[in-house]
Amino acid sequence: MSVIRSHIMVCCGTGCTSSESPKIAAAFEEQLAAAGLSEEIKLVRTGCFGLCAAGPIVMVFPDGTCYSRVTPADVTDIVQEHLIKGRVVERLLHMEGDGGDTVTSLSETQFYKHQTRIALRNCGVIDPESIDEYIGSDGYMALGNILENKVDPQEVIDAIKNSGLRGRGGAGFSTGLKWQFTRDAVSPDGIKYVACNADEGDPGAFMDRSVLEGDPFSVLEAMTIAAYAVGGTQGYIYVRAEYPIAINRLEIAIKQAREYGLLGKNILGTDFSFDIELRLGAGAFVCGEETALMTSIEGHRGEPRPRPPFPASKGLWQRPTLLNNVETYANITWILNNGWEKFAAIGTEKSKGTKVFALGGKITNTGLVEIPMGTTLRTVVEDIGGGVPGGKKFKAAQTGGPSGGCIPAELIDTPIDYESLTAIGSMMGSGGLIVMDEDNCMVDIAKFFLEFCVDESCGKCAPCRIGTKRLYDLLCKITDGNGTLEDIDTIEELCYHLKESALCALGQSAPNPVLSTLKYFRDEYIAHVVDKRCPAGVCKNLVSFHIDPDKCKGCTLCAKNCPANAITGAIRAPHTIDTSKCIKCGVCMSNCHFDAISKG
Amino acid sequence: MPNLKTAVPYRGTPEQEARLREVIAAHKGQPGATMPVLQAAQEIFGYLPEEVQIMIAEGLDIPLSEVYGVVSFYAQFALNPKGTYQISVCLGTACYVKGAGDILQAVEKKLGITSGGITPDGKFSLDACRCIGACGLAPVMMINDDVYGRLTPDQVAGILDSYQ
Repeated sequence: MSVIRSHIMVCCGTGCTSSESPKIAAAFEEQLAAAGLSEEIKLVRTGCFGLCAAGPIVMVFPDGTCYSRVTPADVTDIVQEHLIKGRVVERLLHMEGDGGDTVTSLSETQFYKHQTRIALRNCGVIDPESIDEYIGSDGYMALGNILENKVDPQEVIDAIKNSGLRGRGGAGFSTGLKWQFTRDAVSPDGIKYVACNADEGDPGAFMDRSVLEGDPFSVLEAMTIAAYAVGGTQGYIYVRAEYPIAINRLEIAIKQAREYGLLGKNILGTDFSFDIELRLGAGAFVCGEETALMTSIEGHRGEPRPRPPFPASKGLWQRPTLLNNVETYANITWILNNGWEKFAAIGTEKSKGTKVFALGGKITNTGLVEIPMGTTLRTVVEDIGGGVPGGKKFKAAQTGGPSGGCIPAELIDTPIDYESLTAIGSMMGSGGLIVMDEDNCMVDIAKFFLEFCVDESCGKCAPCRIGTKRLYDLLCKITDGNGTLEDIDTIEELCYHLKESALCALGQSAPNPVLSTLKYFRDEYIAHVVDKRCPAGVCKNLVSFHIDPDKCKGCTLCAKNCPANAITGAIRAPHTIDTSKCIKCGVCMSNCHFDAISKG
Repeated sequence: MPNLKTAVPYRGTPEQEARLREVIAAHKGQPGATMPVLQAAQEIFGYLPEEVQIMIAEGLDIPLSEVYGVVSFYAQFALNPKGTYQISVCLGTACYVKGAGDILQAVEKKLGITSGGITPDGKFSLDACRCIGACGLAPVMMINDDVYGRLTPDQVAGILDSYQ
């Protein structure tokens, strides 16, 4: 048997794939074969490493060297220098921040130092298309142990309860209790369903996608264990059709699990049977809501239904149904393999374990991070995220997407856990974390999220269908410069009505971005309404452009580029903008070489 | 709300219809079969015309209204085919003040369709879009990946003719 002396890990998550990582992987295979090294060096196409900002990423083991922003043309150097001659290719080493020190291994970076990887433990470590690699990293140990020792299902549920694991889809309900309710529920014909919510619709969040792309077997194994614990007979994974790579890897994983007797009839030779089917979403945000998701699996318009009855008693086709989020499932086998005590030791009193966040927006290290509960927002933004780029000032972070709220700069030391975030008017959410700087207008952000909710409201209940539209209209009135102080009061009142009367979580939480920006950035709303001014310079109707005559060299570039012919002036003489013609597109400002144009 | 009727005559081939019948047969009787069948049908035909919806409704033995209800609910399902050449006329602010409305009108007049529609031969589909980020070239129109800037209405006919 040949001995593999080195492994090359190429990230093939969605982020790196769109910057040519499949070509890099193919180039490695070709050049390793040409050098006769295919037997001793193995190429592994992995899931996401997390540091998407530096992609595509290539890691070389056993030394753990991390190369970032690799191109297919760089492959020759890595093969010839590193793999054949044993010399690290310095120019491709990952650099910390902009022009910072080079680091040889990823675990040395600020980005990784503060992280604890449980849900993402296998992402970037194993080949997600190989069940053998999953088994090699303790995969199917938990299920095997349970089935072989005929562990009492109640014991499994107790372990999950004791671990303190709470739903990672955002609402934070105790996972163990949910399992208990489903186990205790009586099904008229003995059929119970175990479902997985992989309909990750929050714009800017990609945690679940990365777990499915990097470690699909952990979700399959956890669902199988859940089925054993609650008495489930059939499983469904509802995944967005917009995630082709995740769907493909899930299909491969389900097929391999069936071949190994780990899904289907008589799993591992016992009399326990369970199978999983994929169901694809078709582009409707509301289907992430649990009752709407089940209506959609049943083949109907994805409209929510009133609760109770909760899915645990009457879910899919009126049978008891256990529905958990991808990230929740990704924690299960770790808890069972390592003991619930170890899991419960991480985090805060009421929020145990870790949470995965998709960092995005105005931050240096965009990507995927997993932090222990209770880590402060400051650690996430400044240490892990590398701060706001371009010397700009941190203004706020937004969590929970269209259902969440903003955390202002003065609350940057807030610990990230379910209770603390709810207390300040935001929410944990599924894990989108968008950083905003001084150039973002908070009224505009609230409007952006509301426009999203207007588009995605299913229309079944009037409060959401009409309420979100009216709220959006009022916000437009303010950003257009026609708002009054009374409008702000009306907005607040409408928000509370909507929260109380909408049928499902989409409508109930749609006002959150408005309420939290009103709470922390009321002065910006007032500036729009009273002073007719947008402090961040975003709302076009409230912005005007000016040319500083002292700085203007009269190069005529702005006048040539102005689409509205609003700029006039002689060559080598200061130019002026006719504000009545100006359409505020900002082309002049971005083209000026002398920094002579300002807005405000 | 998208229209059920489209200007394009149905031109599904017997092969396509046979493939759809296979899909329907494979899913018939399964709970929740509507969505997977519709997704497969869209893959086969490229969109979901009335004729295809009727075949699915009859095949799965469910009301046509229910099939149409599902099709019109989800953004992913298309009731109208896209043209070989997809035209987007930018109606962002910068383009609008430079006469993008006139450009859109000229395209509509030349092709005999309105925004959101498609020509009967399936060659051109027309959409108005928000800013495509080429304000300096306003007004702008895109045909598939080609960008045409600084347009005047009288140039439109010539550009479209080059795609015939």
